[in-house]
Amino acid sequence: MTDYEIQTVLKGDGSEWDAAKEPKLTDDELKAIYRTMLRVRMLNERGMNLQRQGRINFYIGSEGQEAVHVGAGAALTNDDWYFPHYRDPGVALWRGASLEAMVHQLYGNAEDIIKGRQMPNHYSFKEQNYFSVSSPLTTQVPQAVGAAYAMKLKQTGQIAVTSFGDGSSSEGDFHVAMNFAGVWKAPCVFLLNNNGYAISVPVELQTASETFAQKAEAYGMPGVRVDGNDVLAVYNATKEAAERARRGDGPTLIECVTFRMGPHSSSDDPLRYVPPHLYEEWGAKDPIARLGRYMTAKGMWDEAAEERLKEEIKTEIQAAVKAAEEAGDPEVIELFNDVYADRPWHLDEQYDELMESVEE
Amino acid sequence: MSQLTLVQAVTDALKTEMRLDNDIVVLGEDVGQSGGVFRATDGLQKEFGAARVIDTPLAEGGIIGTAIGMALYGLKPVPEIQFQDFIFPAFDQIVSEAAKMRYRSGGQYTVPMVIRTPYGGGIRGGHYHSQSGEAYFTHTPGLKVIIPSTPYDAKGLLIASMRDPDPVIFMEPKRVYRAIKEEVPEEAYTVEMGKARVAREGSDLTLIAWGAMTHVCLAAAKEAADEGLADIEVLDLRSLMPFDGPAILESVKKTGRVISVYEAPKTSGFGGEINAFIAENAIEHLEAPLFRVAGFDTPFPYTLEHDYMPTTDRILNAVRKSMAY
Repeated sequence: MTDYEIQTVLKGDGSEWDAAKEPKLTDDELKAIYRTMLRVRMLNERGMNLQRQGRINFYIGSEGQEAVHVGAGAALTNDDWYFPHYRDPGVALWRGASLEAMVHQLYGNAEDIIKGRQMPNHYSFKEQNYFSVSSPLTTQVPQAVGAAYAMKLKQTGQIAVTSFGDGSSSEGDFHVAMNFAGVWKAPCVFLLNNNGYAISVPVELQTASETFAQKAEAYGMPGVRVDGNDVLAVYNATKEAAERARRGDGPTLIECVTFRMGPHSSSDDPLRYVPPHLYEEWGAKDPIARLGRYMTAKGMWDEAAEERLKEEIKTEIQAAVKAAEEAGDPEVIELFNDVYADRPWHLDEQYDELMESVEE
Repeated sequence: MSQLTLVQAVTDALKTEMRLDNDIVVLGEDVGQSGGVFRATDGLQKEFGAARVIDTPLAEGGIIGTAIGMALYGLKPVPEIQFQDFIFPAFDQIVSEAAKMRYRSGGQYTVPMVIRTPYGGGIRGGHYHSQSGEAYFTHTPGLKVIIPSTPYDAKGLLIASMRDPDPVIFMEPKRVYRAIKEEVPEEAYTVEMGKARVAREGSDLTLIAWGAMTHVCLAAAKEAADEGLADIEVLDLRSLMPFDGPAILESVKKTGRVISVYEAPKTSGFGGEINAFIAENAIEHLEAPLFRVAGFDTPFPYTLEHDYMPTTDRILNAVRKSMAY
């Protein structure tokens, strides 16, 4: 379907590009995008290792998909609300959330912003307008539409952006959210990460549609398809959709065509269901390497810079892991706090009951 | 002051509070132009406009999912689910999202929202317009569950719920929407959440109920008094989560006999929880077993609904057993 042709800027391995579509990004901005993508990748690698070593219980990564969340994050204003799924840490890092705070969350320790209440990678960074990650899929999508409605009502000029996978498009919440957003002309952007698989189920078993983008048509909004391994293409598409939403012209669905280079999570073995040749094909389109070649060709990046950056990030992660392993568990009372704004009598009683046996 | 029915008190609460707080929005199926199938939102769209009183597409999951997003951003949504029986498509958004938001985000994100929904039988609505699903929600930490039984409480508790920082399931006993009228102040006032009401004082036995069953219990208490069977106290719980433990224990210590009365299926119903609470905390004050008079463990019927729902006769039967013990 030519209507839903995949939009790209970077050609092939990234050393060539479509100059007419190049976004207007300064060298510093490009370097910041590159740095964020690499921080996500290296934290991902370290997180999986920590899990394998039994130092954290679980990890869910975004290897190969960094261009989607970092590209989208860079195209938005930091005031826009981002309703993530669990493969979106790039937006939080881009907006200044600390990597150390993320590692505390992986450990669920006393320094964890969310007080050890969720599994690893279920971040929540209110200061960065990065909404709390949920495990049930797609729940954040109608919520983003509601927030967008509120933004429109309050005329703040903000927009809501939500991200989810190809599997999520099968959930009722996807249909509901797209429908409400279309009817309300809500200022929001739907970022669909088509990464090939929903755990083990390939996209052919997820939808009979030729593309995910075309589903937008039925909801009265535009759908676009971009190369999700091309951070500049994701940037362009998000920027355009965000401007459209901000102008009052309503929502857009962006299908980012990418590939999950790792397992679904640390609990998954993709060798059981992903044909090996797909890793080769998609590995050649690695989004970080492509951006690196583009920057190198533009004369703003070289091997020395790459080495320096890797060393810097390695040190940063190392320090974060050390800090996280030194922090203890959250206080027991945190088990009972934040259920409600004020702790009701029955939770006080239950806390007392627990402490009786803890003290014995 | 004016004489209002329960459903009129609901409308009045919404109108009164929406005038005071521009962040309140009402959304749901048919709540705008038509004023709701029970007319609970009658006149609101005319006064506050279609942007604050929203006729949504027909999808309960979307109504609650988007309402959560509105609440996260700072509005105070009051979504209506047309019948409580239709709430299940929104169950995930309620129990996995609204209820857990404050907790899972370490207090960063909250969902101040009031889900209004008519519940309960007695209107010949069959099993999809009659159920009493309160226990699904009392079993979900993070939610508050409020069920008024009178017009005065309906207004005061609904306003209190709209001012509460946590998500509230506000269940309205549709069977008594128009059955009773009472004086309701015109101004805004609140009835404290978490507090029960002694609907009738008595010394021999306590009937614990909420919503429409409060009125059936009052009728049973009157009959019992007329027959010289027992002097019955009726405790209207009003707030199921959190419930008023001290008020329950105070009444039990006075009477020593308890029957929990509820419309929902007997097994795992909230009255069972109340009885367990009493058994744990006041067994030495009891003169008789803790009884339950409840709906049966069947789907809610159509033709035989009055055999299904607790009646004064069934309650009095249990009263006799308790008194004879």
